[in-house]
Amino acid sequence: MATAAHAQKGLFSRPRAKTGWFSWVTTVDHKKIGIMYMFTALFFFIVGGVEALLIRAQLAQPNGQVLSADAYNQVFTMHGLTMIFLVVMPLGSALMNYFVPLMIGARDVAFPRINAFSYWVYLFGGLFLYTSFALGGAPDGGWFGYAPLSTLQTSDGMTFYALGLQILGIASLGGAINFIVTILNMRAPGMTLMRMPVFVWMTLVTSFLLLFAMPVIAVALFQLMFDRVWGANFFDATVGGDPVLWQHLFWLFGHPEVYIMILPAMGIVSDILPTFSGKPIFGYAAIVFAGIAIGFMGWGVWAHHMFSVGLGPVANSAFALSTMFIAVPTGVKIFNWLGTMWGGSIRFKTPLLFAVGFVTMFVIGGLSGVSHAIVPHDGQQTDTYYIVAHFHYVLFGGAVFGLFGGMYYWWPKMFGRHLGEGLGKVHFWLMLIGFNLAFGPMHILGLQGMPRRQDTYPDNMGWNFWNLISTVGAFLIAVSILVFFWNVVRSRTKGEEAGADPWDGRTLEWATASPPPEHNFDVIPHVTHRDDFWHTKYATDEEGEPVKVFAGGSGSDENIDQVHHTGHIHMPDPSFWPVVAAFGLPVLAFGVLYISTPTLVVGGLILLVGLFGWGLEPSAEEH
Amino acid sequence: MNGSPAAKRRLLALLALLAVFAIACDTGPQDFLKSQASVQTQKADSLWDVTFAIAVFIFVVVEGLIIYALIRFRQRPGREAAQFHGNTKVEIILTVIPSLILAGLAVPTVQTIFENSKQPPDALRIQVVAKQFWWEFNYPDLGIVTANELHLPVDQTAYIEITSPTNDVIHSFWVPRLTGAQDAVPGRTNTTVITPTATGQFWGQCKEFCGLSHSRMRLRVFVEDRSTFDQWVADQGEEAAEPTDSLAQQGQELFVNGQCAACHTISGTNAAGTTGPNLTHLMSRRTFAGAIFRMNEGNLRDWVADAPAMKPGSIMPSGLKSMGLSQSDVDAIVAYLLTLE
Ligand code: HEC
Ligand SMILES: [Cu+2]
Repeated sequence: MATAAHAQKGLFSRPRAKTGWFSWVTTVDHKKIGIMYMFTALFFFIVGGVEALLIRAQLAQPNGQVLSADAYNQVFTMHGLTMIFLVVMPLGSALMNYFVPLMIGARDVAFPRINAFSYWVYLFGGLFLYTSFALGGAPDGGWFGYAPLSTLQTSDGMTFYALGLQILGIASLGGAINFIVTILNMRAPGMTLMRMPVFVWMTLVTSFLLLFAMPVIAVALFQLMFDRVWGANFFDATVGGDPVLWQHLFWLFGHPEVYIMILPAMGIVSDILPTFSGKPIFGYAAIVFAGIAIGFMGWGVWAHHMFSVGLGPVANSAFALSTMFIAVPTGVKIFNWLGTMWGGSIRFKTPLLFAVGFVTMFVIGGLSGVSHAIVPHDGQQTDTYYIVAHFHYVLFGGAVFGLFGGMYYWWPKMFGRHLGEGLGKVHFWLMLIGFNLAFGPMHILGLQGMPRRQDTYPDNMGWNFWNLISTVGAFLIAVSILVFFWNVVRSRTKGEEAGADPWDGRTLEWATASPPPEHNFDVIPHVTHRDDFWHTKYATDEEGEPVKVFAGGSGSDENIDQVHHTGHIHMPDPSFWPVVAAFGLPVLAFGVLYISTPTLVVGGLILLVGLFGWGLEPSAEEH
Repeated sequence: MNGSPAAKRRLLALLALLAVFAIACDTGPQDFLKSQASVQTQKADSLWDVTFAIAVFIFVVVEGLIIYALIRFRQRPGREAAQFHGNTKVEIILTVIPSLILAGLAVPTVQTIFENSKQPPDALRIQVVAKQFWWEFNYPDLGIVTANELHLPVDQTAYIEITSPTNDVIHSFWVPRLTGAQDAVPGRTNTTVITPTATGQFWGQCKEFCGLSHSRMRLRVFVEDRSTFDQWVADQGEEAAEPTDSLAQQGQELFVNGQCAACHTISGTNAAGTTGPNLTHLMSRRTFAGAIFRMNEGNLRDWVADAPAMKPGSIMPSGLKSMGLSQSDVDAIVAYLLTLE
């Protein structure tokens, strides 16, 4: 017994490197994982952006010759998949990873190794999807993968889709469980739920949405996999299968997915606006409950993606009503953001610009969204560019602006240096103008009857002018993104150094150094207020106006009452098993794809070895 | 006009603006914001008009308030941020108002949904079968089968049943000025109702992504006055005429005894396939292959010689490469096709 344990210790001893590339591969530090999420997502953002430019180049003029019909179908499918699963969701995860523990005063997430595992699964899942380009063709049935087209397409693309999304779903589930447990269990003393920053709340809601939505799409993807690989007949109407089943499952996942993408950005904006307006958020409780309401109602609107499928007047009416009324909590949020700015002293820093960009663009996307609920007219709007315009106003004008705002806001915390303000503003204005040029005209194109997913269009349809404008706008967005990356590179050496609290922040992440030490806080904060950190900086005079308190201390004595730590702070040790286990998944997927037993066995073994190593390694090395 | 440079510049700006508007308002044949041509689309459009007006109003108010706040409350010397956490009264009002507006929209929406779902009495029955990548139109009560071009009499309600063969994929039937989209789902039958209010030619196209030639799956609807429509019905009811020209006779031989007959029907001959369009009155149509090519000799020759080269993913095989035809066979077949008036 003793000897076995001893032998194990040697084999499974944990890596120790804290710097160098190996430290990144084995890290379980939520901050390093957050940074890896962010740069991986930004890399895929470039890839998905290039795909977008290809689409716009093809459609710039009638009868475009840039892409063949086949290539076009692959590119628009991959653009959607990339931007949703490999960019917006993981960019949200990046910021959640880095900041949720800091904002609730914790030292890490609840399951650091699962966190690392999620990241590696995400990376490998994304790469797996992209190997399809080299292996006979990328997915070409749309990101929505409607059966039976998705079961009938002849290249392996849609099998890559079924397996790739399945892998990415595992990453999302791991992340969701981690954040739920972290937020519910690891808050600093005094950090009650109703004192949490709105971003943390929205992370919690998003994680619950993921937890319930991912299994739904997993079922649909398994069915698709069985149909494609082993000739099952879930969606084959010739033998009694039902294509509409796919649509219900897909949108039952797909609509909550929309909120999964937008809620984190709403959280970010709800933290940026108060900081730069110099006042607390307007209607904290309302904004939190609106987020929760959206989370619940988001489950009852999926069939508004299916108004022309023929569900009948009763179902169509019910989903029209639910769709209209989900606009109410959304409207509440918009009014609360407005109320937050109202009466403030607004500092026009880059993060604020992006947050305001989010609100203004999201209003447009929200209003066009309500117009889809007019079912008799939705038969016209559906599957036209009007819809493309709508969801880009929500997901680009909304989510992406919000996420960029978050990056500008938190960059100094993550790297100790600011992104350049001047370049940031150039980025913002170029992106705002480019965005509106690219997607504004799509409203008109849609109303002029231009359907989506068209590889070309004829000359005589009246669509030429606005398509050209839209393409110009897309390239302008690309320029703005180049400015952003230049800003990132420049900031490494030239960026203004940021102290712990560069923006006069309100929440706990600003209470520690920039970048924070591995253990986040030398002393776990003791929370007494919402916006606790702000209250340690300001007291209020008799008229309720804030007065700067020098040398810290909120005037109450509670802060002195902290448990000062002595000596070593134990942090989880690095581990290489998460990356090993994660690597088993794409190998398994290739085994399914090519129905190759040896590959399946190897993939299974890698996964098992990873999990066993994970289970058997000591929980900590002796120091 | 005093001709000062400023005035000239203003005039130029105005002209540029007008030009932009002129281009923007260049409505194509599928525009559904203008000139709706059926009772149903007119009804939908009136709902849209109200919604759009309300949306524009809300847009102006909300964005206006945001811009006002940004300017009015910008940081400047002496400005202090007011410290308040909310205002319950304002919050309640701002929740109730949108709810009321939405309720106001919901009522007519639901009413129209139910109205549109009723089967009208004495309607002309039409079956639409959507296939990769073309449309079959059956008039079961008139015994007519045709493709890609639908004929409707003006002011008579047509009750349209839409489906797709069980081994095909999902498509969506859409003629913007006559009807909103209705999906053609394998194994299901959906319906839509069109009461055309004006004669003319109306364009439509498949609206559910259906594969390689999704963008080449179009259709046209000809709304005609009663007598023109009746004449068309009478013509379509006849069998195909026997060819007299010897090249065309040779083409008929090739067609009926070759692979064409397995997929195409020509009434009055042994050709009775149903995979492809019914060709009995091919030449009565102005377009073919999903209404994307003009019906003329040159296009037909290219088509019969190599259909997939003209239309990616077409189910019809290449004549020269897959059906073992020579170029002279193709010429003969086309000569025959040209007799199918
Ligand atoms: C495997 C079945 C198949 C065979 C064999 C076949 N066709 Fe076709 N044909 C089709 C299909 C399917 C279409 C519709 C293609 C589309 O629009 O995408 C079509 C379209 C056509 C059209 C255009 C009809 C219209 O109104 O759109 C013509 C003309 C035609 N075929 C002629 C022929 C001739 C001549 C032959 C023999 C040399 C032939 N076809 C053999 C399946 C076939
Ligand atoms: Cu189609």
